[in-house]
Amino acid sequence: MSDDRSTHAGGSAPAIDGWFTVPEPNSGTGPQLIGSRCPDCGTYAFPPRDGACPNPHCDSDSLNRVPLSATGTLWSFAENHYAPPPPYPAADPFEPYALAAVELADEGMVILGKAAAGVRAADLAVGMHMELGLDVLYTDDDGVDRLVWVWAPSGSDAADGGNS
Amino acid sequence: MASNDDVAILGVGMHPWGKWGRDFTEYGMVAARAALADAGVAWTDVGHVAGAETIRNGYPGFVAGSTFAQKLGWTGVPVSSSYAACASGAMALQTARANILAGFCDVALVIGADTTPKGFFAPVGGERRDDPDWQRFHLMGATNPVYFALAARRRMDLWGATSADFAAVKVKNARHGLANPNARYRKEVALDDVLTSPIVSDPLRLLDICATSDGAAAIVVASADFARRHVGSLDGVVRVRGVSTATPTYPQTFLELPDFATDSTAVVTPPELGFKASVVHHAYDQAGVGPDDIDLAEVYDLSTAMELDWYEHLGLCEVGGAEELLRSGATTIGGRVPVNASGGLASFGEAIPAQALAQVCELTWQLRGQATGRQVDGARVGVTANQGLFGHGSSVVVGV
Repeated sequence: MSDDRSTHAGGSAPAIDGWFTVPEPNSGTGPQLIGSRCPDCGTYAFPPRDGACPNPHCDSDSLNRVPLSATGTLWSFAENHYAPPPPYPAADPFEPYALAAVELADEGMVILGKAAAGVRAADLAVGMHMELGLDVLYTDDDGVDRLVWVWAPSGSDAADGGNS
Repeated sequence: MASNDDVAILGVGMHPWGKWGRDFTEYGMVAARAALADAGVAWTDVGHVAGAETIRNGYPGFVAGSTFAQKLGWTGVPVSSSYAACASGAMALQTARANILAGFCDVALVIGADTTPKGFFAPVGGERRDDPDWQRFHLMGATNPVYFALAARRRMDLWGATSADFAAVKVKNARHGLANPNARYRKEVALDDVLTSPIVSDPLRLLDICATSDGAAAIVVASADFARRHVGSLDGVVRVRGVSTATPTYPQTFLELPDFATDSTAVVTPPELGFKASVVHHAYDQAGVGPDDIDLAEVYDLSTAMELDWYEHLGLCEVGGAEELLRSGATTIGGRVPVNASGGLASFGEAIPAQALAQVCELTWQLRGQATGRQVDGARVGVTANQGLFGHGSSVVVGV
């Protein structure tokens, strides 16, 4: 993926390249995670990768990049009350934040991510309907907001507001 | 009943667990000397050294087998070094066992020792953007306790577990460990101590999560023939009856440390047994035993809630039944199937390459009736269970 950080209004760019889409502002579309899908057997993988299909019954040595479902059900969640060590770019002062693992129905996989800003453990319960968003993970030395995917309860302010 | 596929545990030894920050080989040597003395085997008679690697102590940790062979004095002995994260000790034991069963040696020494840093385990230093371990810390702060918390939360939301249930595991294990001379923490813990300790990763609190420790464990294993000659008879000799180092079967559907995602079930139906249950069942199958034959278990209580998960993986109760089993007292010393009579990680903290071996040391003492102050009466068959990062299973069945 080319370095396109300067093309985003407001100076934002993914914190990691190629793992999710960053829609243009006001495009009316939400972000999606990007996974790999086997062209032969159809199974999926995340994070996206090249090379061999993970299905032991399939000998494909190539995988395609595909967008993944942006909604799912909450498999489990946690909330960090201590700042994780580097390389986590913890804010100072540190504020507790939640993480969510969401099960995507079509892909049959659970994907972990931060919960959207403002979504706390007390707002969550296993089985809830969730949707994908983007938040600023940190601002880098060049002043570029580095984005990461986040999960929020569907229809919540955090899910609708978006930071991207 | 002894089988020719059994290898005998002739000696076990440990260096107590603690936090001193000294050279890990110092601890390992104490454990090795103790195991050799317990076995009555001379170092010069050892035919293989199987080291469990530590990755936080420079190259001597990566070449643990060779490191300890040199420390004990070069004899030309063949060595192996195994890395399987928390399961490294079981992998080293399996390597020793395989060498014995293949007839490559009669006696092997298995060693694991570690010195650990303070606080959270963090990735190895440097900006390594392609390293999944670096990525999980950087992108979401997915520390190890986050994964423990995800599993704990599922117990709460699916099976009605409470924070008090989790705390009761700690209370039980702290009591079990009180009289264990190798335990780092030998202090009663009250339910309220756990419930009022700071939240680390919700729903888990500080006292729900095991510490990281320094420590060492060593085991001398031998062929049945050697053991018969050495001891006179196999009666009363503790034997390794099964060792599982199983990996997951695709698709692995439980989100495990350190992954971002599970495997996909889109085109392949998940196996009947989940990964951790399959790890234990491989060991059961080798030993020809089932859950009803188990007198006691040592399981990896990285968190209090994880001990409950293991009850189910071991088949001690139905899925969702672990809290009830705990509350019944069955897993407390004196109960039907005591779990972590040693005090578990709750009383030890985790010394990664030593921990799977420490579990086997404890079962050996228990089956010999030498577990003073924490003895499980009449124990004849025990099982260990743990899991290392990156799909490393570890389960050992021992019997007498």
